[in-house]
Amino acid sequence: MKLDYLDQLESEAIHIMREVAGQFERPALLFSGGKDSITLVHLALKAFRPGKFPFPLVHIDTGHNFQEALDYRDAMAERIGEKLIVRYVEDTIREKKLKEPTGRNATRNGLQTFTLLDTIEEFEFDACIGGARRDEEKARAKERVFSVRDEFGSWDPKRQRPELWNLYNGRIHKGENVRVFPISNWTELDVWNYIRREKIQLPSIYFSHDRELLIRDGKLMATAGGVIKPEADDQLVTRRVRFRTVGDISCTAASESMADTLDAVIDEIQATRISERGETRMDDQLSEAAMEDRKKGGYF
Amino acid sequence: MDLLRFITAGSVDDGKSTLIGRLLYDSKSILADQLEAIERASKSRDDGEIDLALLTDGLRSEREQGITIDVAYRYFQTPVRKFIIVDAPGHIQYTRNMVTGASNCQLAIVLVDARHGVAEQTRRHSLIASLLGIPHIVVAINKMDLVDYSQDVFSDICIHYAELAQKLNVKHVTYIPMSALNGDNVVDRSESMPWYEGQTLLEHLETVEIADDVNLTQGRFPVQYVIRPQTPELHDYRGYAGKITSGQFRKGDAITVFPSGETSTIDAIEIAETHLDEAATPMSVVLHLATDVDISRGDLIVRSDSQPLSSQTVEAMLCWMDSKEFKVGNKYVLQVGTFRTRCSVREIAYQVNVNTYEQIEGVEQLRLNDLAKVVLRTAQPISFDPYATNRASGGAILIDETSNVTVGALMLVGEA
Ligand SMILES: Nc1nc2c(ncn2[C@@H]2O[C@H](COP(=O)(O)OP(=O)(O)OP(=O)(O)O)[C@@H](O)[C@H]2O)c(=O)[nH]1
Ligand SMILES: [Mg+2]
Repeated sequence: MKLDYLDQLESEAIHIMREVAGQFERPALLFSGGKDSITLVHLALKAFRPGKFPFPLVHIDTGHNFQEALDYRDAMAERIGEKLIVRYVEDTIREKKLKEPTGRNATRNGLQTFTLLDTIEEFEFDACIGGARRDEEKARAKERVFSVRDEFGSWDPKRQRPELWNLYNGRIHKGENVRVFPISNWTELDVWNYIRREKIQLPSIYFSHDRELLIRDGKLMATAGGVIKPEADDQLVTRRVRFRTVGDISCTAASESMADTLDAVIDEIQATRISERGETRMDDQLSEAAMEDRKKGGYF
Repeated sequence: MDLLRFITAGSVDDGKSTLIGRLLYDSKSILADQLEAIERASKSRDDGEIDLALLTDGLRSEREQGITIDVAYRYFQTPVRKFIIVDAPGHIQYTRNMVTGASNCQLAIVLVDARHGVAEQTRRHSLIASLLGIPHIVVAINKMDLVDYSQDVFSDICIHYAELAQKLNVKHVTYIPMSALNGDNVVDRSESMPWYEGQTLLEHLETVEIADDVNLTQGRFPVQYVIRPQTPELHDYRGYAGKITSGQFRKGDAITVFPSGETSTIDAIEIAETHLDEAATPMSVVLHLATDVDISRGDLIVRSDSQPLSSQTVEAMLCWMDSKEFKVGNKYVLQVGTFRTRCSVREIAYQVNVNTYEQIEGVEQLRLNDLAKVVLRTAQPISFDPYATNRASGGAILIDETSNVTVGALMLVGEA
């Protein structure tokens, strides 16, 4: 019996999720409403049904999310009957008197980390499952599946634990926690192919639709929710677009596309010469080592 | 489509990262923005050529020092196969990262600098690859551009490596002369080495036979988690969740549970609430048994027709991966499958000299990156198979009880 590579990746991810269930007392699954975390939820269903998930879904809401993603999130939690915890960056800003970045390309993406760390503390989470993939970014390409973080959430790339075979070591000291990445070895295309194979529903913004946008630094940014304030030199346009990733409105660009079905989206992704993050994420383009630095600061 | 996981190995600066970059570049697997990013980062170099090693050397300190520190994973596919590439560091200090990367690989590309021939790190990495049971080795004799693409240099190194390979009993060794820098014999055939008639690296990677590497005979299922919904409708539901790490299971199979030794038969095999008649490695499934047996995480379910070893005193080959010494009398947590127990070090039978592969006896302690044969005494019996016959159920790790760090990789040999 020979398993297709998607079956192999699926089995590996399910195994990792069950290791989390078996090794930790208070795990959580970080859910953003994007396709990668939707895939994680689907994998969790496969790993634990007909039982309940041994963890809640946790969403750190920057207040700058696409309404379609939030609606999807709530409908999904309802449909599968699992617990959803939402914590708001807005609240952290108020309580901690954080200074919100201002100016042209201001984003709350960085402030998310504060809310995440507070939430980890509040619920004493010892493991957080996330949907990061190694193909996304060069620092992620280096991270272990079980990534041990200190009490500040920092990742120390020079002191990663050995990780052998499929033996994951989740032993930690109090205060530390582990970020776990079950789909580490999946590529963007693998995720899309899996979504197609498993007939997973996605939020509508992943498919082409007409939308009002503004063109800034050559990128198409959504005007939805008034998150991005148009400035004098921004050009307002309506275009047929889809989103290749769904993150914070302030730092996720749209792609012009006519692809309104999964097949069409997959065809486009197969043909593209630009990476997912390169095309859509503003936050990585700040500096060469932007992701590494954010991870050292506790980011996912 | 199937999946091949491979790693690069060899000394510092032999060109491992450059080779991966070249493989991705020439197979058109690098996206435009990633290429632009490394072009920008290469600008600081004197010769102005793009440095393909930057594709995997993604950490700030790696770029500053021009070396690889930890393994990087890259992914690409061709019409025939999908690949997971693990780029390992060559520096001796980071050997444990190489071991981490190599543990799941089916193939290792051992690079040798054509100017220097087989070096200490070539020997060490080859030894590790053989201890880890990686069935396929490609010896990439690299930097052929710096030895005038000489066939004699290539042949000498092949002869030299073959002697070494004999002592290691690696099964399949393939030799390819290359220039990772210029792309000779990586994806495209070299025009400078018409004397070489073998496959290019990519051709080899696409065609090497990997189906036989899977152990389909010993049914092994370490229990990870017990699913018990305890709802009114599913009151009696009790499913054992885990991954079949080797062999296969069928409905009706007689099974034995370790360490208890209790027996039962398989009543149902489920995957995502769908019932199957049979399932094989590496599937993650849920098993149901016909009778009530006390089973929890850490137990091993095996097919009764192939029993594992079960013992409290075990012999193993050890890669020691911590800066604290490993000594007789020290205590650790041992994890095999999902089972954990405490253990203490009985004996260091011998250390392996990584240069000559000779056995050094009378060693008192092991240091970071040492390789040795050891004897351990466990608090409870462990169930396992010799690593040589079963990579999945013969591999174990040692965990330091105070730091919680994984400090050793064990390839279990047998009862002592
Ligand atoms: N002339 C020549 N130089 C090469 C070749 N392959 C690699 N190099 C050079 O050798 C140097 C080291 O290459 P890397 O790819 O960083 O070496 P590495 O094996 O990955 O090193 P570590 O990961 O630090 O162990 C770089 O300057 C490369 O450009 C080759 O085929 N010919
Ligand atoms: Mg390197």
